Amino acid sequence: MKVSELVKKYELKVFAGEQGLENEISGGYVSDLLSDVMGTAAENEVWITLQTHQNVMAIASLKDLAAVILVKGLEPNEDTLERSREEGIPLLGTTMGTFEMAGKLYADLAGS
Amino acid sequence: MALELAFKISGGDFSNAGKASSRIKKVLKQLNIDAKSIKKIVVAIYEAEVNVAAHAWKGEVKATVGEENILVVVSDCGPGIENISLAMKPGFSTASKEVREMGFGAGMGLSNIKKNTDELNIESRKGEGTTLTFRCYY
Ligand SMILES: Nc1ncnc2c1ncn2[C@@H]1O[C@H](COP(=O)(O)OP(=O)(O)OP(=O)(O)O)[C@@H](O)[C@H]1O
Ligand SMILES: [Mg+2]
Repeated sequence: MKVSELVKKYELKVFAGEQGLENEISGGYVSDLLSDVMGTAAENEVWITLQTHQNVMAIASLKDLAAVILVKGLEPNEDTLERSREEGIPLLGTTMGTFEMAGKLYADLAGS
Repeated sequence: MALELAFKISGGDFSNAGKASSRIKKVLKQLNIDAKSIKKIVVAIYEAEVNVAAHAWKGEVKATVGEENILVVVSDCGPGIENISLAMKPGFSTASKEVREMGFGAGMGLSNIKKNTDELNIESRKGEGTTLTFRCYY
C-alpha cells in the first residue's frame, strides 16, 4: 500500500511532504516516546503519534519512515511543517484517535 | 582516508539536536556505507545529541569517519551522570517535565546507544560534564 492510497481511503489531511506520497508502506508503529520510536521503528513504516514538534520529522527522516500521522485533529508546529517539506516525508493528519487509526492501518496491511 | 566532522549543541536547544546525525547520515550514504550500519550509527548519534540538549548545558559532537569504522565523541559541560550503571538501565530518567512532555525522557536513550554501537565508553564528572565515546564498524 502506498501513502497516497492511505490518504485517499481515510481522507487524511496532507500538511506537507507531498513529495513522499508515493512511498510504499511496510508497516506501522505507534508511540509517543521518541526514543522508543528511535530504537524500534523500521524503515518504511508509518508512525502514528500525538507529538507535533519538529523532532518528530527529524526522527522520521533518520529512520526513513514512510509517513507520520498526527491523530485527534492535532496541528503540527510551523518548524515541523518546514522539516516535513525539506525531508520530503509526508506529514498527515486525522481526527481519528490513535486506536482507531492504528486499527484501520493494521487491518489494511494485514489484508494486503 | 579519515574525515573529521564537528557540531555544537546547546542545552535546551532541541531544534538543533539532530543536525549531527542527519549530516553524518548523508556523508555515510555518499561513501556507500551499508544501510544497516548507517541506521545503527544514526540512532546512537541522535540519542547522544538529544541527551546534551535535554540534560546538559552545552556540548559538541566530533566524528571521525574512517575506512572500517566511525568514531564518535560527544562531550558536554553539564551536571554529569552520578551513577552510570543506573543511568544505563532502560526506564531510568531524570528528565524534566517539559522534556517529558515532548516525548523524551523514557530512559531509553543510553540503552539505544549501547545496543547500536560496537564499543562504548562513558566518562562523567559530577558538576562538570560527560563524555561519550563510541565506535561502530561498518
Ligand atoms: N549528557 C548527560 N548529562 C547528564 N546526565 C545525563 C546525560 N545523558 C544521560 N544522562 C542521565 O541519564 C539518564 C538516562 O539517559 P537516557 O538517554 O537513557 O534517558 P533519557 O534521556 O532520560 O530519556 P530518553 O533518552 O528516552 O528520551 C538521564 O535521564 C539523565 O539523568
Ligand atoms: Mg536520552
